[in-house]
Amino acid sequence: MTDVITRTDPKPEVVAPVKSGSAKDRWVRRAPLLPALIFAIIVTQVPFLVTIYLSTLSWNALRPGDRSFVGLENYVTVLTDRRLRSALTNTVLLTAGAVIFSMILGLALAVLLDRKFFGRSVVRTLLITPFLVMPIAAALLWKHAIYNPAYGLINGIFGGSTDWISSYPKAAVITTLVWQWTPFMMLILLAGLQSQSEEVLEAARVDGANAWQIFTRMTLPHLRQYLELGALLGSIYLVNTFDAVFTITQGGPGSATTNLPYEIYLTTFRKFEYGEASAAGVIVVILTIIVATFALRVISSLFRMEESR
Amino acid sequence: MTTLAAPRRKRRPANSVWGVVAWVAGIVFVFPVIWMVLTSFKQEQDAASNPPSWVFSPTFDQYAQVFDRNITPFLLNSLMASVFSTLFVVLLATPAAYALSLRPVAKWTDALFFFISTKMMPAVAALLPVYLLVKNLGMLDNVWTMVVLYTSMNLPLAVWMMRSFLLEVPREVLEAGEVDGAGLITSIRKIILPIVSPGLAATALICFIFAWNEFFLAVNLTATNAGTAPIFLVGFISSEGLFLARLCAAATLVSLPVLIAGWLAQNKLVRGLSMGAVK
Repeated sequence: MTDVITRTDPKPEVVAPVKSGSAKDRWVRRAPLLPALIFAIIVTQVPFLVTIYLSTLSWNALRPGDRSFVGLENYVTVLTDRRLRSALTNTVLLTAGAVIFSMILGLALAVLLDRKFFGRSVVRTLLITPFLVMPIAAALLWKHAIYNPAYGLINGIFGGSTDWISSYPKAAVITTLVWQWTPFMMLILLAGLQSQSEEVLEAARVDGANAWQIFTRMTLPHLRQYLELGALLGSIYLVNTFDAVFTITQGGPGSATTNLPYEIYLTTFRKFEYGEASAAGVIVVILTIIVATFALRVISSLFRMEESR
Repeated sequence: MTTLAAPRRKRRPANSVWGVVAWVAGIVFVFPVIWMVLTSFKQEQDAASNPPSWVFSPTFDQYAQVFDRNITPFLLNSLMASVFSTLFVVLLATPAAYALSLRPVAKWTDALFFFISTKMMPAVAALLPVYLLVKNLGMLDNVWTMVVLYTSMNLPLAVWMMRSFLLEVPREVLEAGEVDGAGLITSIRKIILPIVSPGLAATALICFIFAWNEFFLAVNLTATNAGTAPIFLVGFISSEGLFLARLCAAATLVSLPVLIAGWLAQNKLVRGLSMGAVK
């Protein structure tokens, strides 16, 4: 019955495994799943329902006792607020910038690592190291040891006295994120490259295809799903970027690098506008659901492909 | 095969050039980390010098300073939050993954996608209700709060990962065991566990890494009692009166467990990060 999932089956749910079983058998099967399921529902879904409820209140924690139902007013405030719109733009810019650049670098590094050379596994270990450094430690390292105008490494090596963070705040944050996330992209793309059939590539070489043709006509199409997966998982993680903004720029100068998580943090814990913060949170969730729908489609297609192997 | 050997041999010098390029890229990428470790062994005046000082007499002063400033409770809190949340995650996720793979429930795809969708919900949207709830329960600045939150944060990842490892248990071996009269406990102990234990270890390591590095929830829900290792670093954010060498020592120290865990799990890293979608 259950060997369905180990076989090639594009629509596994069609062959429901336990339709024939008794009610008791169904509960025996469900039992191991229930603790995790119930835990996940309580800890992740209940707060979200509370967020929706809070988003309909006019509630500033600095004015205790004043908590009235205002319907969608917070949403109107939030959607017409310039700060939130600029936070949205910044989120898109920071996320897209970090994903695109780390993807390009990650692809180049994955192609390099796909060849055999002396010390390949050492180089791979070196390359994944930035991803393993604690994100806030990485942000502090870049802020103070690299960007600092007086004793930072960039000015120390190349001279000059540019204050990199206040002159190029977005680029400073993106560079730090790209440094941390390139290894992630590289690992996913490397797995993609290594799943390519060596015989097919050799056959193409024998037929006289040059390296560039093989890369653009065979490797890239093969990598498409891996590129999509990397971009979407990367976006899901990076949309939530908080450590780097909190540490390197505190959202500034002005609000040049304030993204949605940081803006909501400020609304909650600096302005104490609980209602507005909740409305902004709900909007973020809706945006995430849109992105996540695509992500799930990519993941499930890849997941079927893996299963059919 | 002999016809294929010829073009391979021709590409060898090119390969070694690309090998050098790869080495250079690897060193460039790891350089900030090397610099961090080097700086952590400097005196403050060497650390803040311009141009950067490459030659210096190494000292452990900064590490001593970091311990004097009481980093130990922060490290212990992180250790507790990461170890216990990882333990709970594994205990919850492994049976769940079993019910979604080897003996699947009827709607196993729905359950699987429910788990992953909780991973996609941004923490920032849940922060306020979680904060209010935790505050009302009197559980602010409590390590166990972090344990619960990190468990839920890592649960989807672990379910997906464990499922992908459990699917590798060959059906025939399980069936042969059943024919031989092995009960559920015996087949788990004798057949399933030996096959999935490397996967279990990798899942645990990745959950540990994410819990150890988590900052957003920690900075908003903990303070002096339950502050985790990343919270110790918050004091270094301002550039004014900064002790760069001391910062580097603290940053090296808090990153070390994850660096080691990640290096050990590097073959499984990609599988965990892609929720088991990529092997």
